Amino acid sequence: MIRVVLPTHLRTLARIDGEVKLEVEGLATLRAVLDALEACYPMLRGTIRDHGTHRRRAFVRFFACEQDLSHVSPDAPLPDAVATGTEPLLIVGAMAGG
Amino acid sequence: MSTVRVLVGTRKGAFVLTSDGKRGRWDVRGPYFGGWEIYHLKGSPAEPYRLYASQSSGWFGQQIQRSNDGGQTWEPVGNQFMYDGVPGTHQWYDGTPRPWEFKRVWHLESSLTDPDTVYAGVEDAALFHSTDGGQTWQELPALRGAQGHLWQPGAGGMCLHTIVLDPSHLERIFIAISAAGTFRTDDAGKTWRPMNRGLRSEGIPNPHAEVGHCVHRIAMHPSRPSVLFMQKHWDVMRSDDAGESWHEVSGNLPTDFGFPIDVHAHEPDTIYVVPITSDSEHYPPEGKLRVYRSRTGGNEWEALTKGLPQRDCYVNVLRDAMAVDALDPCGLYFGTTGGQVYGSADAGDSWAPIVRDLPPVLSVEVQTLP
Repeated sequence: MIRVVLPTHLRTLARIDGEVKLEVEGLATLRAVLDALEACYPMLRGTIRDHGTHRRRAFVRFFACEQDLSHVSPDAPLPDAVATGTEPLLIVGAMAGG
Repeated sequence: MSTVRVLVGTRKGAFVLTSDGKRGRWDVRGPYFGGWEIYHLKGSPAEPYRLYASQSSGWFGQQIQRSNDGGQTWEPVGNQFMYDGVPGTHQWYDGTPRPWEFKRVWHLESSLTDPDTVYAGVEDAALFHSTDGGQTWQELPALRGAQGHLWQPGAGGMCLHTIVLDPSHLERIFIAISAAGTFRTDDAGKTWRPMNRGLRSEGIPNPHAEVGHCVHRIAMHPSRPSVLFMQKHWDVMRSDDAGESWHEVSGNLPTDFGFPIDVHAHEPDTIYVVPITSDSEHYPPEGKLRVYRSRTGGNEWEALTKGLPQRDCYVNVLRDAMAVDALDPCGLYFGTTGGQVYGSADAGDSWAPIVRDLPPVLSVEVQTLP
């Protein structure tokens, strides 16, 4: 079981209260987690990564275990602590204010 | 008694303002989608409790929301806007070719007859439609074949911001793009023609070019669909032949720069604009917020000032932020970048703020309910 924390606006959009808990089969990667997340919550398609290319949106970041995973390959294994549900994967709206 | 519902899109959410036919006391609900930019909301003429909203965010992209109860509750529907085929390139600001890239939906226009059919004008400029209530969207790609490789963005982006449906000819649609101009289809989007003859724009190399004009808004009275009115970057224009040619009707306006233009609900020759100082000074001349009305279809204009601030006012009124209701006397509404929504229940003779302190207003639409 993988835990995902979404930014407020996406929790509101998807009507999610608190963390999302996902079952991911096979290797736990960013791609696998986002595939599972979008399958459960179709309205999140296009909000975190582009519909067609699956490129991360410019102002979205992925953090876990105090690391920035935003630039890691989407097919790289997530940290064990995320894969086992000890730590959540944080999907974050980048700081872009003034 | 009738009800008037004013749909307000702002930089930080949507608001729904309702009143009875007297239009004196208003109920204000919102923000809906707080924190998101709501470029536009639109009700279906065929089913007025069906509403659509364009919700977007620099962080999380585009959403389309749909309501079946007049805006009390909403559900997200389809948000995938994929250009048809390989979209090719348009001109970038520096004249280099630039691939089309979807950014946001500027304007939604519901079919006059089917609540599940809705059009979306997007940036980078293209027209999409949905026939399943917004669940899926398909481009009408022939529009970009109308010299799309020559289109260039204006300062606000290369947006398709105006969609006008002809009630007497359901396959005829007018659209306007900044900064490409006006286009028309007579076959429901299979073919399109530029409709810019008579426009003169000094900001482009050939002032009379077939495309490249920065049209800000066009408006039509449904009883007379061959007559169109246009607020261009500069110049207020009129066409009496369904866009085949245009002539200037700026007349005695203090400045002919501005964004919105609209037509009285019952008088096809009564039109309204909000003059703005210039293309770089996006505020009213002399700090006086004045709506100008022409009862002669242009050229002769009168300032409407009663109830509007006549000193120290430096707000703007954006292209989609003015609308009329269908009551008698006709009501008129507009929103400002300062967050005020003003209403007039007497065709513009007098005004009062409905709300004063919203986020910057991007769009105003009105529904008149029996």
